[in-house]
Amino acid sequence: MSRFLRIALFAPSAAGLGALLLWSAAGLPDFGHYHHAYGRILNASAQSERHVTNVVGSVVFDYRGFDTLGEEFILFAAVMGLALLLREIDDRRPQPREQVDSDALRLLGVGLAAALLVLGLDVVAHGYLTPGGGFQGGVIVASAFLLLYLALGYRGFRVLTPRSGVDFVEGAGAGGYAVIGIASMLLGAAYLHNFGPLGTSGKLAAGGSIPFLNVASALEVSAAFVLLYTEFLEELAAVPVRA
Amino acid sequence: MSYLPYALAVWIFLCGLFGVVTSRSLVHLVVCLSVAQSSTYVLLLSIGYVDRAGAPIFADVPKGTRAVDPVVQALTLTDVVVSVTVVGLLLALTIQAKKEAGTTDPDKLASMHG
Repeated sequence: MSRFLRIALFAPSAAGLGALLLWSAAGLPDFGHYHHAYGRILNASAQSERHVTNVVGSVVFDYRGFDTLGEEFILFAAVMGLALLLREIDDRRPQPREQVDSDALRLLGVGLAAALLVLGLDVVAHGYLTPGGGFQGGVIVASAFLLLYLALGYRGFRVLTPRSGVDFVEGAGAGGYAVIGIASMLLGAAYLHNFGPLGTSGKLAAGGSIPFLNVASALEVSAAFVLLYTEFLEELAAVPVRA
Repeated sequence: MSYLPYALAVWIFLCGLFGVVTSRSLVHLVVCLSVAQSSTYVLLLSIGYVDRAGAPIFADVPKGTRAVDPVVQALTLTDVVVSVTVVGLLLALTIQAKKEAGTTDPDKLASMHG
């Protein structure tokens, strides 16, 4: 199909779709006048019920924790699919030019990666108290490893993220989340229902099982992203070893 | 003007769709798809917005402070995760397409057989 014809077909259909969407948007509540009860009830009661101050965190890891289980496994399955698509059967070796020669760059990169790692762990740890959580912090932790690639090159990155280790952490994160759900069933509650001591609101030891689910998702997300980076960097920086 | 944020979401979605339709490279197409998907963040977050309200995080504010809806924010988090995984998978497919066909132009890929 020619380019002109394609745009000529797109323009009226996009106009039609846009008109339909705008029409449906006109049926939504006025901006800033949200009337759903669910969110208001959670805002009013989550803090006293669960002793956590980040209501979004309590929605993700408690009130709608089952959704998050699905979300974790979407990420898990997608990264597995990506590894299937990109992983070669033969061994790969780093290209000779994939090295960082500057000591200053290496030192700076490793220092920044350490700082980023600490920031990521902080965002994870306080996920249910202040903005953050396992997903956001997990991505930051994985970025620290990406910075290590920039500082140390592909070889150093692979030494610091051994495949079996990353695979294990990813599996432990996804599986751990599911197992915590089973633990609450063993205690006689519904799957993924909150259990454990609620602690003091505003402290790290609070929220019952929320901190554990938070850490499980952080493990899963950080390992999934490191795996994802590894697969793409391998395409970029490694050559297959011809037998 | 109270529907403007919803109209913005529609506009972002159509922009992304335009990019997908006219794309000349699969990498560009994937980026346009994520632009289209980002319209759903705008839509979700603007539906949950409450006038003169803060974030639903009560760490430093007195109890009972007005806050926006936490449920749509959690949904947006799911949305972002799904978006990232889709982008990752599609980029992997792009690499495979480049390896197999030697091109990332969707028009040229369409004319390939077998």
